[in-house]
Amino acid sequence: MAQHYLTLELVDKSFQRGGTKTEVLTQVSLGVAKGEFISIIGHSGCGKSTLLNIIAGLTPATSGVVFLEGKTVDAPGPDRAVVFQNHSLLPWLTVYENVALAVGKVFRRTKSRAEQHDWILHNLDLVQMGHARDKRPGEISGGMKQRVGIARALSMEPKVLLLDEPFGALDALTRAHLQDAVMEIHARLGNTMIMITHDVDEAVLLSDRIVMMTNGPAARIGEVLDVPIVRPRNRIELAGDRTYLKCREAVLKFLYERHRFVEAAE
Amino acid sequence: MSVAQIHPAKPAPASVDARPMTPQARILSFMPRKPAEGSLARLPQLLRQLGESLLPPLITLAVLLAVWEVLCSSPTAPLPPPSRVLTESWQIIADPFYRGQGTDQGMFWQILASLQRVAIGYSLAAIAGIALGVLLGQSQWAMRGLDPIFQVLRTVPPLAWLPLSLAAFQDGAPSAIFVIFITAIWPVIINTAAGVRNIPQDYQNVARVLRLNGFEYFGRIMLPAAAPYIFTGLRIGVGLSWLAIVAAEMLIGGVGIGFFIWDAWNSSLISDIIVALIYVGVVGFFLDRLIALAGRLITRGTATA
Repeated sequence: MAQHYLTLELVDKSFQRGGTKTEVLTQVSLGVAKGEFISIIGHSGCGKSTLLNIIAGLTPATSGVVFLEGKTVDAPGPDRAVVFQNHSLLPWLTVYENVALAVGKVFRRTKSRAEQHDWILHNLDLVQMGHARDKRPGEISGGMKQRVGIARALSMEPKVLLLDEPFGALDALTRAHLQDAVMEIHARLGNTMIMITHDVDEAVLLSDRIVMMTNGPAARIGEVLDVPIVRPRNRIELAGDRTYLKCREAVLKFLYERHRFVEAAE
Repeated sequence: MSVAQIHPAKPAPASVDARPMTPQARILSFMPRKPAEGSLARLPQLLRQLGESLLPPLITLAVLLAVWEVLCSSPTAPLPPPSRVLTESWQIIADPFYRGQGTDQGMFWQILASLQRVAIGYSLAAIAGIALGVLLGQSQWAMRGLDPIFQVLRTVPPLAWLPLSLAAFQDGAPSAIFVIFITAIWPVIINTAAGVRNIPQDYQNVARVLRLNGFEYFGRIMLPAAAPYIFTGLRIGVGLSWLAIVAAEMLIGGVGIGFFIWDAWNSSLISDIIVALIYVGVVGFFLDRLIALAGRLITRGTATA
């Protein structure tokens, strides 16, 4: 497994609260190739966000290891930039300053002031937010905030871009635009991306592989589905595409037949 | 504010997410809403707003003064009516910049002396209070160790500290400043600690992914995130310190509004006391507004996420 770009080896996670131990993840192993787009899908409470946090280094795994380019991951860092579910922009900074905070920190030694400035604008343009650089997060829409969140993450030039349900809080139209934007960025920059989602269409449209999680507690990887659809992908053309529908059906069957979500499973 | 929202100057934000549908996005710009007739047409409205906000307090004030005048109009009344205050104390009302010997100074200088003491004591309290508040907010151990002590100490009345500080400093001036300090510091500590403890996990995660060091986290995340709480504490603190200065100065003497009041009482100049009280109230009001304004300017944007 060690030849993968990003490797998860037998990752377990359990939380200890009081005297009771709650197993969240068990025996999660996964290899991700460079440039691959992976979606992790599962019902709520299956620990997919916990899994992302473990890759990000924000939460330590109880046992098991995460390797990135052969090195163990044990703390958060800009090489695994996260796009948070609720954008997490700092409201007292402008759009430009939010990205500048990341750029200034990551490229303090390697880029001059002018280069940093150009790099910030380049990343804002990448998500089509250059026009709003002097606005504060409170003054722009949810979709725009998430664009800036993506720009901030991209500006760190991460080895792996981690997206934690990035479009979950957005309306369907805005979500579609942002999905297209992410696909375009992925095509242009070839980033390795791991995205948490609970949207089947989103997973099939964006991913090279879909990792399907079983229900928690003690969730594990149930199946990994290859999505052999050529890129660039177009949501309208794909709507009737045979492979697309088959992939979609496979995910739906997994989620709603074999691992149907039972409320209050404990 | 509301006027600005009615005329959307830039329709740009709406057009971004709708970019692939350009023709529709342009429709928004068909809303140039008669910007010319702005300021002149709004003049009567402005006057009315001014009247609405100024008239009620003026009427209330007039009524209160009239009641006071009537109640204290008899020659045997223990307190002077407003008209007598005006005539008896005309000298200190008319010449606030008067300079005499020793404590015989105009009202402006009395207030200035008090404000200087408050400024020193309050600044020290703000610095120490924010520092201790950050410590309490960051460290569980500091919280558990210090919070019970602070909760007890903060209930000690300001003047109860004065004899102790006189004994420690052997001098009136630093003692008064210490009393201000010890009065103003508690709300600053407690609110700062609450602000730091309430920094959203999201911001902390951002800081961790960026690997901000302690200083960067303090300056870029912690202070701005906790600023609304900190300013609440600072605002309560400035009110308390202005309350304490008058009492403290009564006891330590020297130039200052507190001793001025005490001195007037000893000389049976009741009218002077009333004038001084008005000064104290007005200055206290402006101190409160000043901190509130500073808070609004500095925390602009933090309230909305």
